[in-house]
Amino acid sequence: MISEEEVRHVADLARLGLTDEEVERMSGQLGAILDSIEKIGELDLDEVQPTANPLNLTNVLRSDEPRRELSREEALSVAPEATEELFTVPRID
Amino acid sequence: MENTKTQEKRDYRPVIGLEFHVHLATRTKMFCGCRVTYGEEPNTHTCPVCLGHPGALPVANERAIELGVMAGLALNCEVHPRAVYARKNYFYPDLPKGYQITQYDEPICTGGYIDVQTSEGPVRVGITRLHLEEDAAKNVHAGESGRMHGSTGSYIDYNRGGTPLMEIVTEPDIDSPEVARATANQLKAILQSVGVSECDMEKGQLRCDANVSVREPDGSFGTKTELKNMNSFRFVERGLARELERQTELLENAERVGQSTMHYDPATDEVHELRSKEFAHDYRYFPEPDLLPVELNEAWVREIKSRLPELPEEMRDRFVGQYGLSSYDAGVLTADRELAAYYEAVAAEVDPKQAANWITGDLQALLNEAGVEVSESRVTPEKMAGIVRLVSEGTVSRAAAKDLLGRVFESGDSPAEVVEREGLAQMGGDELGGVVDRVVSENPDEAERVRGGDKKVVGFLVGQVMKATRGSADGGRAREVLLEKLSR
Repeated sequence: MISEEEVRHVADLARLGLTDEEVERMSGQLGAILDSIEKIGELDLDEVQPTANPLNLTNVLRSDEPRRELSREEALSVAPEATEELFTVPRID
Repeated sequence: MENTKTQEKRDYRPVIGLEFHVHLATRTKMFCGCRVTYGEEPNTHTCPVCLGHPGALPVANERAIELGVMAGLALNCEVHPRAVYARKNYFYPDLPKGYQITQYDEPICTGGYIDVQTSEGPVRVGITRLHLEEDAAKNVHAGESGRMHGSTGSYIDYNRGGTPLMEIVTEPDIDSPEVARATANQLKAILQSVGVSECDMEKGQLRCDANVSVREPDGSFGTKTELKNMNSFRFVERGLARELERQTELLENAERVGQSTMHYDPATDEVHELRSKEFAHDYRYFPEPDLLPVELNEAWVREIKSRLPELPEEMRDRFVGQYGLSSYDAGVLTADRELAAYYEAVAAEVDPKQAANWITGDLQALLNEAGVEVSESRVTPEKMAGIVRLVSEGTVSRAAAKDLLGRVFESGDSPAEVVEREGLAQMGGDELGGVVDRVVSENPDEAERVRGGDKKVVGFLVGQVMKATRGSADGGRAREVLLEKLSR
């Protein structure tokens, strides 16, 4: 289970505004997800390495060679707001 | 008053740990092929990966990993066979994905040390960890540019976003601001000599934060504060001194040191508490699913190790052995890779000890005064060697050579030309010999006393020579010639 307080905290960290009704609903839904994941804990996993990635691969790397970049126009074209050169965001101090 | 204050302070021992952020010397970013640049037009080096477009996938830069391993080896760290990237989640507009890719519980390196030379002997400072991550983009605040005057938004240049960044954290082994500065300098020298980073602080390639607390007289540890982003090591030293004063004063007045982030303002030489946004330090780290673990097998690490260039300490020892320098002079020369290379170029041409004296003395004084790097100096190694040679050949006196160096430093003209133009040549050997002979024959009693081993009158005879040459002879040279003639 997950308390409504925890739901509010997580929502706050994710910058999500939830109504009281949504908090209640999420508490139930997230709780159900956590409960099913808890089931894994019933297994004996002492000998199993934590899995960060399901692919049995390592060292997929890139050589230090420049690749195609976006033009400034392309980069700024998807911004909700921009000047001719810069992305505009709400004021930060 | 001043004295009692210092006395009391001795009871509170500073406990300092440093945290460095270093741009790695790669051509491209950590997880995409955009170029790493400085001072270019904003937002001209971006791509879907470093702009955090949905679905764009990062791929790690192999060179950045190698440079991280090189740094780790140079700092005597253990290089781990496996490193895993993690997401550090927080929202800030300079971080377009909403998380920074970093390393958390499986960093590339841990457990090293640096031996720092201080005025009170060497101090070993432990390295807790070294890991790789990506730098954030740059906030351009309104008012910094004319175009945005009076506007209410903030502006972002993503060119820097995704630059390969190495974080190095030291143990809290440092017990004074001076040692903190020396540690920072030593670390910088090591990273530069290995070629891991240019460490240009003005470009933000090397940044330093400090964690600082004081241990109380009863031995208990105080609350630590964080001193942020000091962009010069002089400010690291001064900022730490101010912060330690502040903490000590609080404790002496039986007040508490609050856990806080401080900022040092060099203009006023004061520390201020940064307005703490209610920033829950709840980063919810988890393994980065878009990147695979890095496996640093022994062969790869060995191969990287074989490419490590000479470290400053090794170079210092070599300078002592090869050139017969004092450990101190060798330390000064090898603290800066450029200076060491400059020295070696000069020492290849002339007497290495003379070269060291000139470079660590007069040349460095000129460089410091002018605020010029040795690599930008008009006195090239060839010209420096030329000056040293003119002195050792006796063409110019030591005193005149100092003047000569100053003039070459200003003009960049060849030393021989300057000597010719300014009439700096000293009296030639033959001519000087003639004057010495004349002084000896004019002062037979004094000459006899010198022959008999009485060194006290040598100064008198040298004075006579200088008088006879109206100062155009070198005093040391005149003394040598005199003693040589009178020893026969």
